[in-house]
Amino acid sequence: MEDVMKSFKNNSMKWRYLKQALFFGTVRLSALIIVLALGGILFYIIVNGIGAISWDFITKPPTDSMTKGGIMPAILGTIYLTIGAIAVGLPLGIASAIYLTEYAKEGRIIRFIKVGINCLAGVPSVVFGLFGLGFFVIFMKFGSSILSGSLTLGFLILPTIIGASEEALKSVPQTFREASLALGVSKWQTTYRIVLPNAMPGILTGSILGIGRAAGETAPIMFTAAAYFTAKLPGSIFDEVMALPYHIYVLATAGTNIEATRPIQFGTVLVLVAVVLGIDLFAIIIRSYMRRNKRW
Amino acid sequence: MSRHIKEIIIKYIFFLFSLVSIVVLGLIVFSLFREGLPIFGKVSVRDFIFGMEWYPTYDPPSFGIFPLIIGSLIVTFMATIIAVPLGVLAAIYISEIAPASIKEILKSVIELLAGLPSVVLGFFGMVIIAPWLQETFDLPTGLNIINASVILAMMAIPTISSISEDALYSVPREFKEASYALGATKFETIIQVIIPSAMSGISTAVMLGMARVIGETMVVLMVAGGAAAIPESIFDSVRPMPASIAAEMGEAPFRSAHYQSLFAIGIVLFFLTLTFNLIADYVSHKFRQVGSGTL
Repeated sequence: MEDVMKSFKNNSMKWRYLKQALFFGTVRLSALIIVLALGGILFYIIVNGIGAISWDFITKPPTDSMTKGGIMPAILGTIYLTIGAIAVGLPLGIASAIYLTEYAKEGRIIRFIKVGINCLAGVPSVVFGLFGLGFFVIFMKFGSSILSGSLTLGFLILPTIIGASEEALKSVPQTFREASLALGVSKWQTTYRIVLPNAMPGILTGSILGIGRAAGETAPIMFTAAAYFTAKLPGSIFDEVMALPYHIYVLATAGTNIEATRPIQFGTVLVLVAVVLGIDLFAIIIRSYMRRNKRW
Repeated sequence: MSRHIKEIIIKYIFFLFSLVSIVVLGLIVFSLFREGLPIFGKVSVRDFIFGMEWYPTYDPPSFGIFPLIIGSLIVTFMATIIAVPLGVLAAIYISEIAPASIKEILKSVIELLAGLPSVVLGFFGMVIIAPWLQETFDLPTGLNIINASVILAMMAIPTISSISEDALYSVPREFKEASYALGATKFETIIQVIIPSAMSGISTAVMLGMARVIGETMVVLMVAGGAAAIPESIFDSVRPMPASIAAEMGEAPFRSAHYQSLFAIGIVLFFLTLTFNLIADYVSHKFRQVGSGTL
């Protein structure tokens, strides 16, 4: 009895709430640090990069061995690679997710496939680069090209797209499927005409986050697609391209004139961040709008 | 063709598509082995992994990646120490404490942080943190372990935070209510009920965050300094495995021993991250919370 009384004394309400206040303070501080980290980085990049941005910077190729001019070929290259990655990753990812949510029954094979998807999601980006080099560039003889880079990036974002699509397909109410099947419609037609259209907005917004990643990755395209400088714009999918992330890396580390190209580096970083975070923010806003206005 | 047969064919077509991820994993292993294994005809596996000297371009060359492995492990360890408290506490804030409006904003902030390209973070570390470290601590270079660890932590925080938050969120409400009913404060409920219940999810989050850090390339390539030696302090430079691959692949002659050794580092890195992912997967499935009755 005395022990219990003692523990009550040591744990007076005041002390218990003080502990709680301290803990809540620490927790808020952690959240604040994360916000400040993102805010600080963005602020610094915008302040230093905005001076370099002009119409010419975005629409002209580099001149004077990269120390002047714009970054248009790199912007274009990143767009090509990203579109290529979508073309590879989106259909495969959606088809994969359709099997997993609509057709598969829980069991060993599904478990095996899901573990495989998780493992693929965890493969380091530089290993994807080696895979792209070893398989697409050398084994398939595509060379260092838009094709090799797009395939590599497409498989890199595949797990993200599968995950987003699975979630979107699962959120379509079961009653939709049952109503369709009850009308005598086949499973495939139900999936294609009822489930997929209803899941599509969710699939796309979820996938956009993966697409932002494809646009910003450097290591996977270093050995498979990216060139330091191309005199001409790419004419086919078998050509090398310049790309924004690689352009930043090369100018910041390997250029002969690192200090002289600093403004161009900051400008390129700003453009890349604007593109990638713009894509992400767009997806986030659309998603929160959709969640609020869900029809079911 | 009868409708039934058509349906079955469609089902199998989708089944084949779902195998693509497995096939790609297989192709990754195939490509890494095809280009990387020949090095082990020239160097024994033991000398490769435990060799202390990485001089791939010397004559005769030396392919010991032990300093690179140590470099990877040390930045991963340091980044984890920084990222785990921040990530988990932020997750607690989001799922248990924050009001709805702040919660939405914070989740978006974390998602945007996850979206920052690694080359941008590497650039930030090079241009901002490195000169500051160099001046403040009077160092020969600001490109070192501590710099890389801080930046890597920023990359791990979104992974750790979002997966932990899912785990915290899925703790059944009855648990909290029971705890409050016994007179526990919110703090006591979080520490003694919610966190223990979400522990498997939080462990998974930490494992996946570490896997992400160990494989991260651009940051360590730009910020870790690149010295292939065992470091003596956190202000020394290191050359983690991904940095070696990315920095040297461009110069290594096609199918030379150097080129093969870089693919072999890729093999080590692949299986290291695979192990982390499989452990994470095992933990999350083995200790999964099923219903509210089990604990």
